[in-house]
Amino acid sequence: MGCRRRDPLSCRMLRGEERATEAENVPPVIPTPHHYLLSVYRHKIFFVAVVQTEVPPLFVIEFLHRVVDTFQDYFGVCSEPVIKDNVVVVYEVLEEMLDNGFPLATESNILKELIKPPTILRTVVNTITGSTNVGDQLPTGQLSVVPWRRTGVKYTNNEAYFDVIEEIDAIIDKSGSTITAEIQGVIDACVKLTGMPDLTLSFMNPRLLDDVSFHPCVRFKRWESERILSFIPPDGNFRLLSYHVSAQNLVAIPVYVKHSISFRDSSSLGRFEITVGPKQTMGKTIEGVTVTSQMPKGVLNMSLTPSQGTHTFDPVTKMLSWDVGKINPQKLPSLKGTMSLQAGASKPDENPTINLQFKIQQLAISGLKVNRLDMYGEKYKPFKGIKYMTKAGKFQVRT
Amino acid sequence: MTDSKYFTTTKKGEIFELKAELNSDKKEKKKEAVKKVIASMTVGKDVSALFPDVVNCMQTDNLELKKLVYLYLMNYAKSQPDMAIMAVNTFVKDCEDPNPLIRALAVRTMGCIRVDKITEYLCEPLRKCLKDEDPYVRKTAAVCVAKLHDINAQLVEDQGFLDTLKDLISDSNPMVVANAVAALSEIAESHPSSNLLDLNPQSINKLLTALNECTEWGQIFILDCLANYTPKDDREAQSICERVTPRLSHANSAVVLSAVKVLMKFMEMLSKDLDYYGTLLKKLAPPLVTLLSAEPELQYVALRNINLIVQKRPEILKHEMKVFFVKYNDPIYVKLEKLDIMIRLASQANIAQVLAELKEYATEVDVDFVRKAVRAIGRCAIKVEQSAERCVSTLLDLIQTKVNYVVQEAIVVIKDIFRKYPNKYESVIATLCENLDSLDEPEARAAMIWIVGEYAERIDNADELLESFLEGFHDESTQVQLQLLTAIVKLFLKKPTETQELVQQVLSLATQDSDNPDLRDRGYIYWRLLSTDPVAAKEVVLAEKPLISEETDLIEPTLLDELICYIGTLASVYHKPPSAFVEGGRGVVHKSLPPRTASSESTESPETAPAGAPPGEQLDVIPTQGDLLGDLLNLDLGPPVSGPPLATSSVQMGAVDLLGGGLDSLIGAPNFVAPPAATVPANLGAPMGSGLSDLFDLTSGVGTLSGSYVAPKAVWLPAMKAKGLEISGTFTRQVGSISMDLQLTNKALQVMTDFAIQFNRNSFGLAPAAPLQVHAPLSPNQTVEISLPLNTVGSVMKMEPLNNLQVAVKNNIDVFYFSTLYPLHILFVEDGKMDRQMFLATWKDIPNENEAQFQIRDCPLNAEAVSSRLQSSNIFTVAKRNVEGQDMLYQSLKLTNGIWVLAELRVQPGNPSFTLSLKCRAPEVSQHVYQAYETILKN
Repeated sequence: MGCRRRDPLSCRMLRGEERATEAENVPPVIPTPHHYLLSVYRHKIFFVAVVQTEVPPLFVIEFLHRVVDTFQDYFGVCSEPVIKDNVVVVYEVLEEMLDNGFPLATESNILKELIKPPTILRTVVNTITGSTNVGDQLPTGQLSVVPWRRTGVKYTNNEAYFDVIEEIDAIIDKSGSTITAEIQGVIDACVKLTGMPDLTLSFMNPRLLDDVSFHPCVRFKRWESERILSFIPPDGNFRLLSYHVSAQNLVAIPVYVKHSISFRDSSSLGRFEITVGPKQTMGKTIEGVTVTSQMPKGVLNMSLTPSQGTHTFDPVTKMLSWDVGKINPQKLPSLKGTMSLQAGASKPDENPTINLQFKIQQLAISGLKVNRLDMYGEKYKPFKGIKYMTKAGKFQVRT
Repeated sequence: MTDSKYFTTTKKGEIFELKAELNSDKKEKKKEAVKKVIASMTVGKDVSALFPDVVNCMQTDNLELKKLVYLYLMNYAKSQPDMAIMAVNTFVKDCEDPNPLIRALAVRTMGCIRVDKITEYLCEPLRKCLKDEDPYVRKTAAVCVAKLHDINAQLVEDQGFLDTLKDLISDSNPMVVANAVAALSEIAESHPSSNLLDLNPQSINKLLTALNECTEWGQIFILDCLANYTPKDDREAQSICERVTPRLSHANSAVVLSAVKVLMKFMEMLSKDLDYYGTLLKKLAPPLVTLLSAEPELQYVALRNINLIVQKRPEILKHEMKVFFVKYNDPIYVKLEKLDIMIRLASQANIAQVLAELKEYATEVDVDFVRKAVRAIGRCAIKVEQSAERCVSTLLDLIQTKVNYVVQEAIVVIKDIFRKYPNKYESVIATLCENLDSLDEPEARAAMIWIVGEYAERIDNADELLESFLEGFHDESTQVQLQLLTAIVKLFLKKPTETQELVQQVLSLATQDSDNPDLRDRGYIYWRLLSTDPVAAKEVVLAEKPLISEETDLIEPTLLDELICYIGTLASVYHKPPSAFVEGGRGVVHKSLPPRTASSESTESPETAPAGAPPGEQLDVIPTQGDLLGDLLNLDLGPPVSGPPLATSSVQMGAVDLLGGGLDSLIGAPNFVAPPAATVPANLGAPMGSGLSDLFDLTSGVGTLSGSYVAPKAVWLPAMKAKGLEISGTFTRQVGSISMDLQLTNKALQVMTDFAIQFNRNSFGLAPAAPLQVHAPLSPNQTVEISLPLNTVGSVMKMEPLNNLQVAVKNNIDVFYFSTLYPLHILFVEDGKMDRQMFLATWKDIPNENEAQFQIRDCPLNAEAVSSRLQSSNIFTVAKRNVEGQDMLYQSLKLTNGIWVLAELRVQPGNPSFTLSLKCRAPEVSQHVYQAYETILKN
């Protein structure tokens, strides 16, 4: 066995083993007598790498995630049937990504030049002409100074779109005050520009960004000195930047939850009532709201009435979920009713935690704003666009 | 039209059908057939029978087909080495192809075919490819050298590939540089002593330049390589740090962590007064925090590393407590790690927040997590004195919930709080006593009993409470029994009048009805103490206890420094140095942090600089680990125990609970009849002169059958470290007795006398069976040979590694410590031959996870010779079988502590490599048994 071999064959699907623990709780590094198993769990599939000697586990785990991303990119979804359906492509792609434990090509646009993603049209064409979906030219980007971009890109419509997406992770305590709140932001780009464009992107308030991770294309020196993002973009979709805002005063909390959940000791009925309302939304509407909560084991059933939306309670998993929809500030959505508890059992020890999902369009909750986008190096005028969106990440309200 | 159709052919004659299709004239059909073959291979079907047919498809200009055939070859070439030769020609031709993609593919695939004959043909094409004009081919060839080295290291050295590889570090293309570094690092890993990557400021500069331009993976290789470099002074360290810092903003978390490793290591060299030092500290926090917003798997590895970083430099993350707060839907492995770090960061400034969080966690669903949260509250109380009161009241609240495991856990931690703050919180005892009946875990019961005994004078019904435990004394675990014994003795000393009967009862239960030696011995000691001198007893038993340490489970500093050098590796995930778990014979170098060197005074070369390195860089000397040293110091070093006054010795020992530790010195007291003294075998007790052991040495030299293999003497303690006393030695086993053959040399200018030796507790209870007898004073430049008989009835403590033995030697000058590894075969006993039936049954009975497999290479013996040679070292062949020309030897051996190890040794005539499979109920010994096999067979 190769001493640092990560056998691509073992990136095989192992269905979430239903043992005592839940799949999500299987630790990512498992020692066995001769090997170490490093795994990631995505799309309900474990992707396992087997290593024999000391290697940086993050290296392996990052790589596995990249493999999953690539599959998703190639096949649209990454699921067991899809992988089985495309096993030869999967095999070919893995071969291009890894050589004896050394990653080769992991940039999706390079891979796509080497192994073309399957499409129905191509399958038909291949069958007729006998050509293959393996490219026989060395991908141009492989060794250039800008490995992320191939040469000779051509478009009739030149466009560059940027999405600023922020997710709020927060823990709110019983009384409604914030325990932790942080924003994970990303700027995802879709750039379809001819030739070798050189872009700069500047912000109204770059000081917000003090904890950032860049795509390799961004010139770090320029950012350090001028706080301007200057880069030759990859072709197509990519993540330009991800950032993290954790200073408490900068994180506005856009929603609140009013709750009253009581388990009475003596009777076998409990009362349940929650109301959701907007807080700091800068005048924007909150939509796509869903509320989920894992109720204690002692709750047998719930009889609830929502003022809007639909709700379900699964008496087996004890999962309550309420699909609220939009929040109308004039008429706040609420869900109230009773819980039937196990007769005779004592009050449940744990209080349910409420998880919230929501979306706010056209708002970056941190206040980040793009100032301008300029293009150099090419003559045409591209279409440009910036979109903002705020979403709930892990947003939890304790009761 | 999807590939899943390839999986569906399950008809009979499938192989036959495929064969026909592979030999079809139509290209398209051929390709489809190869795809089917690959699909079958993926799901584990054996399609090796199609080898010649698939190889026939190799000569094609269709790149996809070629790649698929290569895939097949990599998988099956090893099982069909002769057939694989058929492919060589095509490979060699492909290496000359005008298309660089094909050249690279060919050289890459050849490297993956682990067949000796193929590797011979690989050398020439590889040499060309290493100098290819196309960088893509060069970078592929660089990796190929590492592959080849793994198959045949000698060949790579002979062919001079290593030098070519070193030249590639100066290549103009950054990707080639990165791959060359990766390949060299991998080769260096298996040759720790070689100077492959001897880095100097020039090569470092080249690496730093390549770092900015190569791929993310290449950056990881380069950063990991940089981390092994020791800058010559603080100025160089700073300049490297400056050029590495931008990597902290990389999107790839592995790049970030490798950069953190370089910075953490080089920071050690920077002076704390430097402005830059402060800047660097500030720059390290945000990327570490960002790692925590990644996927849970990445978070886990990051958290394990952050755990090390906060122990080494708590200032980096002291303001970031909140990011470690646990989210309800974090996976459990992330939750537990976060909790651990929260406690490490807890301080007076943030304790209120932390406690509120912990209380919240204590009401969660997951039992393990809740327990750990409760325990964490106790640790906070002990760590931050100002918060103790609040912690105690939080714990009381939790006890009121009556949730069984919460209550038990709370009681265990309250006991620790009592230890730390005596006579402060005993008002809560009443509440604790209410829960006495619900305690069913030994740890909680023991804690409760300890509390009752400690505060017996304040609990009115202490005697009743303890008596209630006494009823089921024999069903309790040892922990509880010991605690109960001590508690009742304490009670008796505090309230002698009404508890006499109780103490009699417990003493007789402990000494007469128990067969646990610890319990019995402790019982006897109390009994003697109480009957001879009650005042002394009071002094001993009710002595003031030493303070318990504030930080529990901190990693020992030497280890921590070593682990900091391994940030981002598996070692950092396990919190163990790689030597503790990396398999196989690959040596592992211990890494240490660089010492702080100012540029002005840097006259020393980097190689000599580590002389002033942080303590404990030398790991084979006993580390500064407090408890270990304590163990050794408390052992009495004088030859026969002259017996220090009992009371004082125990008071020095301090804690009543630790009295057990003092036993060792007490047992030897001549007038005290204790069982362990009697079990020392009489024949070993007699001093064995050096002459006698010489005789034994002779016999072993003549007839190899009479004793097991004896390694040549090695220097254990160099004179430099022991004020002129040099000790070298080895271990032998002769007709059932183990001895340690020592050679003491006096290299000092003064005469040495009063020698004594003592072992620390070790995995197999090895202990000297007789005092170290050096008859005459050892004059300067004199050498004496001594054989020290050993037995295996000493106290047992699991060591790391298992066969580690820490020894203290005393003479008139000082006490010296050293540690050595003993070969396991000295522990193989003479009656280690298992009955055939028994062997079969045991082999089946031991679960397969316990099986370990090893390769013994380059051993030119045949099965008979192997068998007889092993037998002389007490490895017995139970049965022998011949399967397909291979000899299978089934062997058994038994260790002195009764552990059986079963082995299956596969010997192939004409092949010098053996395969050894070991099965044992204690799998951790397998590795050492394997080493014993190696030593015995190769010498």
